[in-house]
Amino acid sequence: MLAYILRRLISIPFLLLGVASVSFLLSQMTKGDPLAALVPERQMSNPEIVNAVKAQWGLDEPMPIRYVRYLGNLLQGDMGTSFSTRRPVALDIAERLPATLELVIAAMIIGTAMGLALGLLSARFRGTVIDSLARIFALLGSSLPVFWSGLILLYVLSVRFSIVPGTGRLPPRVDPPPDVTGFYTVDALLAGNFPLFLQALSHLALPAFVLGWAVTGIITRLVRSSLVEGLSLDYARTARAKGAPERVVLVRHALPNAMIPLLTILGFTFAYLITGAVLTEAIFSWPGIGSYAVRAAASLDYPAIGGVTIVGAVAFLLANLVTDIAYAWANPRIKVH
Amino acid sequence: MADTTASLPGQTSGAMRLVRKLPPTAMIGALILLFWIFTVLTIQFWPLANPLDMVGRRLQPPSAAHWLGTDALGRDVFSRTMHGAVWSIPIAFLVVACAVAVGSVLGALSGFFGGWTDGIIMRLVDVTVAFPPILLAMAVAAMLGPGLTNASVAMVIVWWPIYARLMRAQVLEVKEREHVEAAIAGGAGPLRVLRVHVLPLCWTPTLINATMDFGQVVLLAASLSFIGLGAKPPSPEWGSMISEGATRFYSWWIAFGPGMAILTVVLATSFLGDGLRDVFDRRSS
Repeated sequence: MLAYILRRLISIPFLLLGVASVSFLLSQMTKGDPLAALVPERQMSNPEIVNAVKAQWGLDEPMPIRYVRYLGNLLQGDMGTSFSTRRPVALDIAERLPATLELVIAAMIIGTAMGLALGLLSARFRGTVIDSLARIFALLGSSLPVFWSGLILLYVLSVRFSIVPGTGRLPPRVDPPPDVTGFYTVDALLAGNFPLFLQALSHLALPAFVLGWAVTGIITRLVRSSLVEGLSLDYARTARAKGAPERVVLVRHALPNAMIPLLTILGFTFAYLITGAVLTEAIFSWPGIGSYAVRAAASLDYPAIGGVTIVGAVAFLLANLVTDIAYAWANPRIKVH
Repeated sequence: MADTTASLPGQTSGAMRLVRKLPPTAMIGALILLFWIFTVLTIQFWPLANPLDMVGRRLQPPSAAHWLGTDALGRDVFSRTMHGAVWSIPIAFLVVACAVAVGSVLGALSGFFGGWTDGIIMRLVDVTVAFPPILLAMAVAAMLGPGLTNASVAMVIVWWPIYARLMRAQVLEVKEREHVEAAIAGGAGPLRVLRVHVLPLCWTPTLINATMDFGQVVLLAASLSFIGLGAKPPSPEWGSMISEGATRFYSWWIAFGPGMAILTVVLATSFLGDGLRDVFDRRSS
């Protein structure tokens, strides 16, 4: 198992180099002239200004030199300067990362909880109306575009019935809690400000539900099929023979065995979460990396897009690595091959 | 889609047999897809308002005259939703076809020849799938410049590795079989062996996966348009219609139609894909 984990660890730097190279290549393919974003139109005909800008942004050097410099900068955490905020991309991203993490973690909790609950329900009552309803609800989550379900739920729950507040992380003109973790809910609690915690939580609830719903489908499906399989195996029969009620067989005997396959798809659900987060943030004006990426893509802010892509790829690699290690640990039968 | 289903390998004479074996949900999925294909082919003859013309007051709620109301420019939302199929369905078809073509060829070469070919192609796959799909698609689409063509290129780049891996795995398995050995012993060249003796037995997983991916491609294309990297206004594309609706919370009907349209396509393809997998791929069931 150690060898397996080591092998995975060794592959990481190579993948990162690949990711960085692809990002660099992409930044070299730009159709639009980055100068257009940097030099005011009136001054485009002034060679002095154009050359000064080129030198300032390193656009006047040959490609291999720029590639090496790009990699060197990346290693130092320098992802360039955003065309539109005129600030280092790394700083922009670091500032917005907690908002995205808070949303994604909350969504992961909601999605896993709903997936487990629905999977248990539909396995316990398989073939009945409850089974069908649970599966339809789960399927809808993975089939609906989050930017649409978010919009419709926002209309119904916020505009129509005022059950949840509108967009953003807090109501307008409310100051965020003192920054400790960057998670407004946690920070408000740490500051002992309970009303603020409730406000932050109520703003988090709907986007986290929309995003969590998107991964519920995958989890429900997996939990249901492993439970149904488990219930037909010998250990379940033994438990029943000893007089355990069906509920106990399901929760105490079949469920623990369904947790291992669940581990294997964590990396896969993470891909869904990133996709969903980008679009959910756009709908809910959530000030995280996703809405930053959308804004950057729409305004052709290449350094910002590149930065977000690399950060996303690193997060994705880590998630897959953690999944693999967790799986190797939970299921020692897998071998290095 | 019906043609693809009917011509799956080993079932050339059995189109009807396949239809009888498919579960009812898969049949519903197939019918929904047929409906959308029919819509794409015949939409110009439908008695609908021109999707680009102002037909009445702005932002009217749904009524008998305008089933899904009118949008911010007074255009008929129902007509725009139905016309949206002309964008989304053919593009998804094209993207899946290109991804299957590129991925299958590279995957087949990789699996059949092994060695360096395999190494290079598979490392390319590893790097491509190291990116979260939407971020890679956004980056490529933005770098190439906004527009539907570039968005489609971006989606092919995101999707081909799946098919490369599928085809490689399949080829690796088939090339060990005895009839392949016999063909090689009989003096057939490597490309002929691959084309005649290996590939025909490798298509099933690819076709099932392509069916399921079709809906996901529709979804990603709409997402890119929603962000502003795909179709441009005023074209009635589903994603960009939802993005217009997102700026007008109170007029929920602007986004309602296109969202439902996307939902039907995604559900239909996953129903049909599930059904096909149950029939063909006994290992997974």
